Amino acid sequence: MLLELVASNVTSTAPAAISYTSQDLVTNLLIFVMSTFLGVELIRHVTRLLHTPLMALTNAISSVSMIAALIVMSETTDQTLLILATVGVALASTNIISGFILVERIVRLFKSKPKGKPAK
Amino acid sequence: MTIDPAYILALYVVAVVLFILSLRFMSDVKTSRWGGRSAALGMAIGVVATLLAYQIQRVDLLVGAILVGFVVGTPIALRVATTALPQRTAISQAFGSLAVALVGAAEFYDYHATANTFTLSVLSAEMILGFLTFAGSCIAFAKLQELIPGRPFVYPGKNFVSIAILLVAAGVGVFLVAEPSQTFALPIMAAFALGFGFLLVMGIGGADMPTVIAILNAYTGMSAAALGFVLNNKLLIVAGSLDGSSGFVLALIMSQAMNRSFTNVLFGGVGAKVTKAVPGAVAAQARPVQSLSADDVATILENARSVVVVPGYGMAVAQAQHTVKEVTDLLQEKGIDVKYGIHPVAGRMPGHMNVLLAEANVPYDQLWEMEKINPMFPETDVAIVVGANDVTNPAARTKADSPLYGMPIMNVDKAKTVIFIKRSMSPGFSGSDNELFYLPNTWMVFGDAKKVLSDLAAALKKD
Repeated sequence: MLLELVASNVTSTAPAAISYTSQDLVTNLLIFVMSTFLGVELIRHVTRLLHTPLMALTNAISSVSMIAALIVMSETTDQTLLILATVGVALASTNIISGFILVERIVRLFKSKPKGKPAK
Repeated sequence: MTIDPAYILALYVVAVVLFILSLRFMSDVKTSRWGGRSAALGMAIGVVATLLAYQIQRVDLLVGAILVGFVVGTPIALRVATTALPQRTAISQAFGSLAVALVGAAEFYDYHATANTFTLSVLSAEMILGFLTFAGSCIAFAKLQELIPGRPFVYPGKNFVSIAILLVAAGVGVFLVAEPSQTFALPIMAAFALGFGFLLVMGIGGADMPTVIAILNAYTGMSAAALGFVLNNKLLIVAGSLDGSSGFVLALIMSQAMNRSFTNVLFGGVGAKVTKAVPGAVAAQARPVQSLSADDVATILENARSVVVVPGYGMAVAQAQHTVKEVTDLLQEKGIDVKYGIHPVAGRMPGHMNVLLAEANVPYDQLWEMEKINPMFPETDVAIVVGANDVTNPAARTKADSPLYGMPIMNVDKAKTVIFIKRSMSPGFSGSDNELFYLPNTWMVFGDAKKVLSDLAAALKKD
């Protein structure tokens, strides 16, 4: 069963129904519920100082939807849908790239010791 | 080339671990630099694993799309000013939700003939959520960027119209699930979802933007998780639900800090309150207040031992954060203890004020959360309020008829002396008159925050 979890039609490029057993559904629900609870716990412990970079970070992480766009790109035979998916990849990768650069930039602003640097 | 899916799944596990670690790293400023890096590595692993599992024929399109991401994304991230971070967050949510909505639509067209009812239902819900978040984020961006007025757009029956539009979108969604071959209905559903998102955020005022941004953040995450269910992709489910819960936790913190419920933020007309309160505020101007010049304030500060600065968004609007830092540096040179007290909704998005002050080189160990600074106000000689208003109004504790009643506030009124820097006596976003102005220990300094503070810095240097 483990082997079926990732992709039902790894080798096929033709669109096909995604194989979805009720067991998969329950596994996915379990994963969803547990990650939501884990997320709440993790975010509750994030210092308020960093809530702005946190939003940039989670925004970038949620653009993991790029993976979905990649899967459509690989499976579709329709030109219009291929273009839709390509636009999806472009939008998501814009978010991913700008999100991670921005997190790094904001986090670097936080310094602990007062330095003699003149303010810009 | 066929790769054992177990290897792909193993790579996804690595990516998930890195995502979780990255959020863990954000719990402390010291480890936060690893937050972005580990998530970026996780993302790279997830994307590479997916590319290994699904062969993409059109590599040209793939490379082109990712190049667009680099060319558009890099300058946005490097150039955006810290004051514009809320807008950037809104527009990036618009990108993210549009991507999810488009992919959902592509999935629907591709699989509608063979997919089961469950998949179709999740897809419809996901598209509605994606399109409404896209429209809502665009409006949030336009309001924050001040392309359109920030005040709530209210008209009679506003909530009725909005909910009716959402119900139509949901109804068309149900029809699509029942009759998947009728794909003509998909754009109709998308249009109604877009209309609902548009009206929803149009009806929300500028002061509620921190909550709105957080809620839209949660929606983007949830729609990504929904796509994970459709594609049976674990990584999407985990990453989407981490983002979704993050958005909801932040929205909860924001709405609690404003003493409002989610529904009140989304469907309550704050505009109505403002118009009602204005006559009261005008009448209140007749009440006596004590005002001081910057030179007098310098004398008071020089005799203080502890000072707490309470900044609000007005400070950022006046671009006064560097001047504030200059004043507090001068005070520290004189051996005075300086802290900054940050209210959770100070700024235009969660944590915004901290970033603005960090950029002005205020060390983060001087930034104190409301719950930690409030017990210290009775021991504080001088509290300086710069560009904040409602969050200092003691009516929130005492006056049950005030719209602010029950809202957690900065207890600056308990400090021995309060210096309130403000342009005029106008009320804050809530429209309520600030009781703090009339207290015997409060001294008003009228003027532009930046001007007053630079005068103050000059006066402190003189002595």
